[in-house]
Amino acid sequence: MSVPMIELTGVHKGFGPKKVLQGIDLTVQHGESMVIIGGSGTGKSVMLKCILGLLKADKGSIKVNGEEVTTMGRSDRKQVLSKFGMLFQGAALFDSLPVWENVAFGLIQGKGMSKKEAHEIALEKLRRVGLTPDVGDLSPAELSGGMQKRVGLARAIATEPEIIFFDEPTTGLDPIMADVINDLIVECVKDLGATTLSITHDMASARKIADRIAMLYHGEIIWEGAKDEIDHSGNEYVDQFIHGRAQGPIQMEVLKL
Amino acid sequence: MTNPLAIIGRVFLSALAEIGRLSAFAAEAISHIVRPPIYWRLIAQQMWLIGYNSLPVVGMTALFTGAALAQQIYVGGSRFNAESVVPGVVVIAIVRELGPVLGGLMVAGRVSSAMAAELGTMRVTEQIDALVTLSTDPFKYLIAPRLIAAVLTLPMLVIIANIIGVLGGYIIGTGKLGLNEATYLQVTSDFLEQSDVISSLVKAAVFGFFVALMGSYHGYNSRGGAQGVGKATTNAVVSAFIAILMSNLIITVIVFGAD
Ligand SMILES: Nc1ncnc2c1ncn2[C@@H]1O[C@H](COP(=O)(O)OP(=O)(O)O)[C@@H](O)[C@H]1O
Ligand SMILES: [Mg+2]
Repeated sequence: MSVPMIELTGVHKGFGPKKVLQGIDLTVQHGESMVIIGGSGTGKSVMLKCILGLLKADKGSIKVNGEEVTTMGRSDRKQVLSKFGMLFQGAALFDSLPVWENVAFGLIQGKGMSKKEAHEIALEKLRRVGLTPDVGDLSPAELSGGMQKRVGLARAIATEPEIIFFDEPTTGLDPIMADVINDLIVECVKDLGATTLSITHDMASARKIADRIAMLYHGEIIWEGAKDEIDHSGNEYVDQFIHGRAQGPIQMEVLKL
Repeated sequence: MTNPLAIIGRVFLSALAEIGRLSAFAAEAISHIVRPPIYWRLIAQQMWLIGYNSLPVVGMTALFTGAALAQQIYVGGSRFNAESVVPGVVVIAIVRELGPVLGGLMVAGRVSSAMAAELGTMRVTEQIDALVTLSTDPFKYLIAPRLIAAVLTLPMLVIIANIIGVLGGYIIGTGKLGLNEATYLQVTSDFLEQSDVISSLVKAAVFGFFVALMGSYHGYNSRGGAQGVGKATTNAVVSAFIAILMSNLIITVIVFGAD
């Protein structure tokens, strides 16, 4: 088998006394769409940020396309980062820039493309996510949540990255808009042939965009399998999560207080 | 736990650690100031934001302070029949100390807080993380332009503050206290030395550095949502004030302590 696109082995990350990731093992193959499910605050975003180097893992190995990234220097890391695109949980659009410059940012700043050329591509990407060119001149603050997510998606795919991370792409959207975003993700990823790692606690979204699903609980991956296997995983944590039951082995923090 | 020495020790250590982190942050930022690419457009934009918008408050502070100073020196000086020292003392006090210090503090109040709020918001809404994923170094793109702009802009503001401060003294001195207009200007220019002006500008540049450094440092490192941003904003202003007042004393002692 070829080298996996992303490979995490024994990754730990804590903040002070608080342990968040406690030995994550995860492999994502080339061209695969992996979805991580898990409750709020279990460290899903922290895991993505460790892979991107936005947070430094305390322990463990993270390989991207076979290269160890945890010990990399600044310029190598920049090289690796240029392979990634990311859609952030809250879209994280730059509110000092108009929409089109948000989408074109990676092309202009990262790849040194001229503004004129980048503008063309930005409008094309906006069209790709179902937004008209006039949206390009608006400020991000003028957009609804669903539109911001679409712009965030356009920005994530603008540089045609090999790997795309989606952090809760449908959270906070109504079910119809959520499905629109899911469709766009599936289409855009198919266009690019990208490897994706997505995070969600929305099972409808997970079923739609995943090839494989893994569940994060208490800082570890407790189950992993193909999308179709999730309904008969035989894992009571997974069962409780996908059916959204309050009763079960997963005790919410609130109940313990 | 309750041993007062232990508490003092802990506070001292954590202050040292904070200074260490701040120095590392400053060193990283400075290393980006000299390495290309340099974002001229962002520097110009920041200079405009810092300079133009601070003009009214800096100008007013200087005007009223210069005027009040002239009045006080006149009253104090008249006890020794030395009213004629008013222009000289006003210009020295304004150019050496009050222009840069009050100007720096006013700009710190406005600009450090605004920078901390902006960068803090960018931090908690993950915009800074987004920059990194788009192959852009936040130190280069966000912090270096702010530092450069503040270091360049503060001296300009302080020159204006100095002129307006002297003008404030002139208005009270000639208008209310009856000093001769031509003599006032003559004495002012006789007293003012080149070294005063240079030290004034050096102070301004140093204060500009601290204004941007504290705003950037606290904003960049803020966490914990809106509350965290609020805290960062307050901390930025307080620490910029302290840095300005302390560095002012150090520069004053170095430059004027010898003569
Ligand atoms: N920079 C940080 N500093 C301290 N604690 C953090 C930081 N980032 C995340 N955490 C904590 O780590 C835990 C996991 O966060 P996160 O990965 O955002 O959860 P989620 O699975 O909902 O994405 C949370 O309890 C959060 O408070
Ligand atoms: Mg999250």
